[in-house]
Amino acid sequence: MLAIKLAYRNLMGARLRTWLNVFVLSLAFVVIIWFKGVLNGWNQQARHDTISWQIGGGQYWHENYDPYDPFTVEDSHAPLTDEMTAAIKQGKMTPTLISQASIYPQGRIQSVSLRGVDPDQQILELPTEYLKSDDGEIPAIIGSRTAKNSKLNIGDYVTVRWRDVNGTFDANEVKIVHIFKTDVPTTDLGILWIPIDKHQSMVQMPNQATTLTTSHEIGYIGEFPGWVFKDHYFLLSEIREMIKAKSIGGYIYFIILMSLAMLAIFDTQVLSIFRRQKEIGTHIALGMTQKQVVALFTVEGAMHSILAAFLAMIYGIPLLALQAKVGWSMPAGTDDFGLTLSDTIYPSYSIGLVVGTTLIVLITTTIVSYLPARRISKMEPTDAIRGKIQ
Amino acid sequence: MKNGQLITITDMVKDYPIGKGYFRALEDINLTIGEGEFAGLVGPSGSGKTTLLNIIGSLDVPSKGDANVLGHSIGQLNARQSAQLRNHHLGFIFQTYNLLPVYNVFENVELPLLLLKMEKNKRYELVNQALDWVGLQDKRKSRPAQLSGGECQRVSIARAMVKQPKIVLADEPTANLDAENSHNILQTMETLNRDLKTTFIFATHDEKVIQYLHRKISLFDGKVAKDEQVKK
Repeated sequence: MLAIKLAYRNLMGARLRTWLNVFVLSLAFVVIIWFKGVLNGWNQQARHDTISWQIGGGQYWHENYDPYDPFTVEDSHAPLTDEMTAAIKQGKMTPTLISQASIYPQGRIQSVSLRGVDPDQQILELPTEYLKSDDGEIPAIIGSRTAKNSKLNIGDYVTVRWRDVNGTFDANEVKIVHIFKTDVPTTDLGILWIPIDKHQSMVQMPNQATTLTTSHEIGYIGEFPGWVFKDHYFLLSEIREMIKAKSIGGYIYFIILMSLAMLAIFDTQVLSIFRRQKEIGTHIALGMTQKQVVALFTVEGAMHSILAAFLAMIYGIPLLALQAKVGWSMPAGTDDFGLTLSDTIYPSYSIGLVVGTTLIVLITTTIVSYLPARRISKMEPTDAIRGKIQ
Repeated sequence: MKNGQLITITDMVKDYPIGKGYFRALEDINLTIGEGEFAGLVGPSGSGKTTLLNIIGSLDVPSKGDANVLGHSIGQLNARQSAQLRNHHLGFIFQTYNLLPVYNVFENVELPLLLLKMEKNKRYELVNQALDWVGLQDKRKSRPAQLSGGECQRVSIARAMVKQPKIVLADEPTANLDAENSHNILQTMETLNRDLKTTFIFATHDEKVIQYLHRKISLFDGKVAKDEQVKK
């Protein structure tokens, strides 16, 4: 208690020196919490968008399907069972048929993934209602990234060439009926969405599918032989890995910021040991033990982080709350990064994040303060009183 | 402690190691100092005045012999016991004042009482009393940097006296002061010695201090060369 009282008095007495250190440390608090909040917000948005646009409550994959191996696509399809068809009719799941194709926009050749999807599905946010057509044409919707890459616009016709189930090449024209905007590049880049019945007919795979996406509210429905259920943990692993990779970058920021702040504290403490030797000697002469003086200096250093936490609260809370409300707009061009990244990221702060950051800063500051203070215990009181450098 | 004797030093030696050998700072010191004395350790630089004062103040320990202060054998005390002895019974006045620069006058004087874990009201009462003794009530909010040397030394005296210790140890208290301030300081200390019966022990070679002493203990080359009472 005495150490806290005296440490507080010392810090308040040191005025500008204290507040400079406290300000640097408070910056570390705010920036670390902000950065982690941005990553959290990104993570949450990426998960939400991926679930809404791509994976619903989880997916059943044909047992041969491997999205990272294009050679598996040819064999990754099977007829839908009666149970599956019933579940589809009940809105519990929606099928997707995947095959490889080439398009020829303006005479150029581009590989695409041709995906047949039910125009009446309500599970995914994909605007499949545009695929409803009675005019005999093959309607297609594409994402804005694909539209940009292939220079296709609404109303354009593009030739598609594909191989049917027997390996025979065929071709037709599809009409771009809608271009959608999504934050999930894996539903956009190089993908041509067409009605599943047309797709099944084109590739001669009637009533077949490659994946079945379940409703978000339902998820796992049951076992279907020849199909493997992939849950959120599996399907969101890419996002998890991406956030993990970004977090490593965040930790580097964290370490740099903390190092700067700790350097300030360490410097102050080391300087204190030399500059305040007389003060240390005086404390001892007045009746403090060397251990008490070490405690005083350690508490003094640690108190920087407590004051910094308060200062960070004063300007950090409004700043971070404002940022959480208005979000952080991503610069133009981030669409092409291939990451699930919305135009604006809304940082998300949790109690755990704030408390965790505060504890880390507090513990680190205490350690950094203790190290130079430990030197005091080796100081001769008689030399300390005279301010003799040892 | 017998017959009002606060300090008894018997056959005391103090050596400092230098390389493989040692330097003998004090040799065969035998002294007794009683309650209410106004005594000085007098001698040239290197005679051992400060070393002896530090041992009496339990900031250092004898190499041989015994230094008994207020019934405590200094060489036998552990760090906590020495700190307690200083905390409760000893006051220090330093040549360079050793005031804490970030504290104001009141806080500097209050510090020893905080270490004694005294309650707030009692602290305020004692600090005000000490500031009255040294005539610094009007400077209570000032910081050491805003005070003159004489004022700083008066703060230092107030800090040493605030807990009304049995013994006050003053190491060259006037070395940084002009003649007028020195006399003011010494008169203040003499008054406190007379009124409160506090024992004052000086380490000094300043003539201005020497003329105030009631007892002059002359040291030379680490030995007591002369110990005389001065008639006032």
